Amino acid sequence: MCLAIPGKLLEIFDENGLKMGTVDVNGSVTRVCLEYVPEIQIGQYTIIHAGFALKIMDEEEAAESLKLWQELIESGAFDPEELPPSTDEL
Amino acid sequence: MKYIDEYRDPELARKLLGEIRKKATRPWTIMEICGGQTHSILRNGIDQLLPDTIELVHGPGCPVCVTPLESIERALVIAGKKEVIFTSFGDMLRVPGSSKDLFMVRSEGGDVRIVFSPLDALQIARDNPHKEVVFFAVGFETTAPANAMAVWQAAREGIRNFSVLVSQVMVPPAMRAILSSAGNRVQGFLAAGHVCAVMGYEEYEPVALEFQVPIVPTGFEPVDLLAGILKTVELLEEGCAEVVNRYGRVVSREGNPAARALISKVFEVTDRQWRGIGSIAQSGLALREEFRAWDAEKKFNVTHISASESPLCMSGSVLQGALKPDACPAFGRECTPEHPLGATMVSTEGACAAYYTYHRNCNTL
Ligand code: SF4
Repeated sequence: MCLAIPGKLLEIFDENGLKMGTVDVNGSVTRVCLEYVPEIQIGQYTIIHAGFALKIMDEEEAAESLKLWQELIESGAFDPEELPPSTDEL
Repeated sequence: MKYIDEYRDPELARKLLGEIRKKATRPWTIMEICGGQTHSILRNGIDQLLPDTIELVHGPGCPVCVTPLESIERALVIAGKKEVIFTSFGDMLRVPGSSKDLFMVRSEGGDVRIVFSPLDALQIARDNPHKEVVFFAVGFETTAPANAMAVWQAAREGIRNFSVLVSQVMVPPAMRAILSSAGNRVQGFLAAGHVCAVMGYEEYEPVALEFQVPIVPTGFEPVDLLAGILKTVELLEEGCAEVVNRYGRVVSREGNPAARALISKVFEVTDRQWRGIGSIAQSGLALREEFRAWDAEKKFNVTHISASESPLCMSGSVLQGALKPDACPAFGRECTPEHPLGATMVSTEGACAAYYTYHRNCNTL
């Protein structure tokens, strides 16, 4: 119930007075209610729970935190000598 | 896929692990609240890759697992009625009540249907004006916005043959209950990312301060989890009891204001039973008086129904992080995902089911 992966908004329409849309979640197309993210635009990604879009993915934030982690690595903060024994499962 | 692949990057994950190893100088016990995170941690073997000094204990954040037995019993009674179409998220159907589950009610002729959203249940009510359509409104703060909207919309349209059986719970009171319990070992928390997407993280700030624990909202992918664990370890090592967000692409401090507003219009805070744990004060949501016409508990007069738990099952200790699933004597013996004794074995988000699926105990399997 709480496992949710992001979906990409494909279209927006009105139904029974509610703002609705369809999203592509990893290849499968689902209907969602957009009432809680009224400013969403087609092409944006959103987190979906129980048929409701709850948050538009913050693209800038995402890029920034990935860059931060990457930089941490490049600046030598990580010591390759101390790698964990196995990462096969990751 | 965007927003997924980059957070499964093995190289980045390995380096985050290396950094955790370097930062952790003392033993620490960290609880991940959310069942979705428990599942991901076990699936990706993160618990085994961490240094031995870092112990992850699994929290009560599986909605299926904590829905109390009495709510299940009430659902079974309502679903068995001739005039009712009972609708629910799929994972509630196999949850054992004291003598049967919703699947059995269906095989006995009950009209029990799986829906993806409570709005789908509302549509069934529009399409079947001569039936009573009931939705089983369970879950944490992630499902509350959906359930609130379904009731709001039913009221707005005057749809009277729709009602919800509410068993909504909230995370912060459960964290307080765990931190206040006598045997508590939890020193820091990974907060559930999608609960925080709705509620934000401002309500965790007083918890961090009062109990002097760091709390780090994070996501579900390996890189998210490892970045969250790294931050928690850093805060613990520095003696810093703060809330630091590590899920910025989804979580903001104030969460989703529109969703929070509708939740508090439709619901009010109430005491709730948690399966396996017991009653936690002010830990749940109930429909406000104005919406009692859509309250299935009142409509079908089932409030008096109560139930008691199988004495074999130790899921209460599992849900509070006091016992690892494989330490339960019934684990993998009397209790398996095919024949679950407790709710933590039913849901894929339940800690017992996750341990079973990912073979965390080879002795009993
Ligand atoms: S293994 Fe089964 S019986 Fe034991 S705690 Fe888990 S659900 Fe309950």
